[in-house]
Amino acid sequence: MVASSLKLQDLIQEIRGAKTQAQEREVIQKECAHIRASFRDGDPLHSHRQLAKLLYVHMLGYPAHFGQMECLKLIASPRFTDKRVGYLGAMLLLDERQDAHLLITNSIKNDLSQGIEAVQGLALCTLSAMGSAEMCRDLAPEVEKLLLQPSPYVRKKAVLTAVHMIRKVPELSDIFLPPCAQLLHERHHGILLGTVTLITELCERSPAALQHFRKVVPQLVHTLRTLVMTGCSAEHSVSGVSDPFLQVQILRLLRILGRNHEESSETMNDLLAQVATNTDTSRNAGNAVLFETVLTIMDIRSAAGLRVLAVNILGRFLLNSDRNIRYVALTSLLKLVQSDHSAVQRHRPTVVECLWEPDASLSRRALELSLALVNSSNVRAMTQELQGFLESCPPDLRADCASGILLAAERFAPTKRWHIDTILRVLTTAGTYVRDDAVANLIQLIGGAQELHAYSVRRLYSALAEDISQQPLVQVAAWCIGEYGDLLLEGTCEETEPLQVEKEEVLALLERVLQSQMSLPATRGYALTALMKLSTRLHGDNNRICQVMSIYGSCQNVELQQRAVEYNALFRKYDHLRAAVLEKMPLVERGGPQVDEEAKESKEVAQLSEAAPLPTETQASKLLDLLDLLDGPSENAQHPPPLDPTPGDTLIHLLDLPCAPRPPAPIPNLKVFEREGLQLNLSFVRPPGTPTLLLITVTATNTSGGDVTHFICQAAVPKSFQLQLQAPSGDTVPAQGGPPMTQLLRILNPNKAPLRLKLRLTYDHFGQSVQEIFEVNNLPVETWQ
Amino acid sequence: MFRNFKIIYRRYAGLYFCICVDVNDNNLAYLEAIHNFVEVLNEYFHNVCELDLVFNFYKVTVVDEMFLAGEIRETSQTKVLKQLLMLQSLE
Repeated sequence: MVASSLKLQDLIQEIRGAKTQAQEREVIQKECAHIRASFRDGDPLHSHRQLAKLLYVHMLGYPAHFGQMECLKLIASPRFTDKRVGYLGAMLLLDERQDAHLLITNSIKNDLSQGIEAVQGLALCTLSAMGSAEMCRDLAPEVEKLLLQPSPYVRKKAVLTAVHMIRKVPELSDIFLPPCAQLLHERHHGILLGTVTLITELCERSPAALQHFRKVVPQLVHTLRTLVMTGCSAEHSVSGVSDPFLQVQILRLLRILGRNHEESSETMNDLLAQVATNTDTSRNAGNAVLFETVLTIMDIRSAAGLRVLAVNILGRFLLNSDRNIRYVALTSLLKLVQSDHSAVQRHRPTVVECLWEPDASLSRRALELSLALVNSSNVRAMTQELQGFLESCPPDLRADCASGILLAAERFAPTKRWHIDTILRVLTTAGTYVRDDAVANLIQLIGGAQELHAYSVRRLYSALAEDISQQPLVQVAAWCIGEYGDLLLEGTCEETEPLQVEKEEVLALLERVLQSQMSLPATRGYALTALMKLSTRLHGDNNRICQVMSIYGSCQNVELQQRAVEYNALFRKYDHLRAAVLEKMPLVERGGPQVDEEAKESKEVAQLSEAAPLPTETQASKLLDLLDLLDGPSENAQHPPPLDPTPGDTLIHLLDLPCAPRPPAPIPNLKVFEREGLQLNLSFVRPPGTPTLLLITVTATNTSGGDVTHFICQAAVPKSFQLQLQAPSGDTVPAQGGPPMTQLLRILNPNKAPLRLKLRLTYDHFGQSVQEIFEVNNLPVETWQ
Repeated sequence: MFRNFKIIYRRYAGLYFCICVDVNDNNLAYLEAIHNFVEVLNEYFHNVCELDLVFNFYKVTVVDEMFLAGEIRETSQTKVLKQLLMLQSLE
């Protein structure tokens, strides 16, 4: 035996004394070497000590797998100490993933059939901790025998081992079903507890067992009743409540048995009421039992009065000073609020008070619950409270709170004016946290409320004048001022104090927004467009506005520059069009975005035809309308009924608009090429405003079994045409009808000559490279007429 | 919340005792279980402190007595203590 091997205590002391990680590792490595040596040499007297040291090292996180075989040896030894450490080692080191674990099966079997209780207990422990499916199957008969032994010590363990076995191997439930009924008659609490758990497990796994055990409901009820009424022995009571653990388990089982079953639920009703009223709630144990009772009442088919009682209990929990209990109450109330809305409403004031909790998880739950409790009768009061909360709540809750308030306002707003006010207030307090669609919603709302235009524009103007940092607010305000600027300057409005606003002030404010560092590019866009609109709304000369436009004509940001250049063009060359183009926007419909695009398209086509277009002119003004539309469809696209939009959506719509507007009469698609499953289709689009432009989309689909790679499509047209090939979506067309590849061709045909098109394809398919050149025949006449 | 379980813990001076339970288990009941367990430890080791647990970890089969297969096994403190003493005598 190596002399310098340490005793366990000394080892532990040394490890704890090591000052650095490196030192600790050194000690452990040295010791592990000793342990390995002693395992090899086989030292029966002290091997348990070695294993104990190994286990300690394992708990610290170091590799200890070389101890597995040693565990087996120790388990097989007759001495109790050895066995104990051996089983402990087995539980820690041998789990299902190790191959060696099956080797224990035999040892466990032997130990189980021995008469010594302690040993049997150990074996059962280990089995229930790490028994895999095969082991469970092998040892099931042994465990079953032990269930019926006279000694309670072993029986308790056997019952719970059975629970574990059933979890691993559900088929074994048949074996364990019959003893249960008998075990329920036990007086010994430990066994009773185990049995109840076993039955719970059985019922959860199989509906047949559920039926079987419905018969025992009366007995369970009786047991629970005795527990509650007659204070039981001192050894099981925890701070005044008689065996709360058993009570809780029985209640859980009753819950499972009573779910969806009228008869059982009826038998339980009285009992539940009794438990609820008799339990002492001054300590946590009593509260635990009460909580379980509440959960049970909620799940079974109980009488209405009982449910109200349950909700009241939860309400009382909310007033408790212990945070845990309030947390538990809030979580359960959240689950209940759907089904028992009116009962929970009664506790609304308490819930609202919980909003002000310092603890973050509590206030979050309180917030969710409060939002769920808002209905049409209490919406004003609740929004007051919630807005007060919004002002002082921690940042991570702000987004949720803001969107919650907006949602509630939307569903239950008593008047439009109140609605606008609420949104305004939310925007001023927590503007940066609101979702993107809030802006669109508000614009839409204001647009729809005819009578409130003057009011809203004033309110927004004063809000903007105070603070231009909150982006959503600034955007809405800019839009409003642009649309309804004339109302702003009129001077009188009965709903707010009279506000004398000068034209110059308004322009100055918008310019400030434009120049401010805090404004996002989108906001600047809004402000620019608003300024432009004001040029028609406000009377007097427009020099100031013209100046701004020309300055921004050379702005770095492409979007702003484009806008400014277009607006400039409007001022200089197309002044006669300005009024028509910048008219008040029609009310945006809250319908699908597609519907609205077409409606707008047709409106614009009508407008433009009145204005005697030249080709380039219509392009310019159409672009302008499209830019105005950027405010428009963004509202639609961002406001679908399910109210969870993605900013990505809008982007797609915005990108769609200039590229592929819908023509009045679609031209039929043309299939031009097919070979071995690869198909090429052409689709044509003639944008209505530009008679010389033709957009062709080439779509390649592949229905064969092999991918088409390195796909390149080139086109040629006669000299009088101008051709532009845009980048394809990819160069691979996956097999079996995967996503097709598309490519856009732009063809300008100023002379309206007949169109001829030649296509050249190169690609690899089925390992061969293919080149095809062909002319597209049967081009429909509409493509070039 | 932790994956699809939740962790219930109680702090005793510098030690945290944690139990991992299913989502639909009763939080408060397991808090009581933790307390029960600590009380038994106290009795067995006579005013237990952290070092006792560290040095005698292999004797801490109190866990096995009170919890088995993931469920509560024995709730009576006196019974558990009796069993532990018996086990000790076998060594």
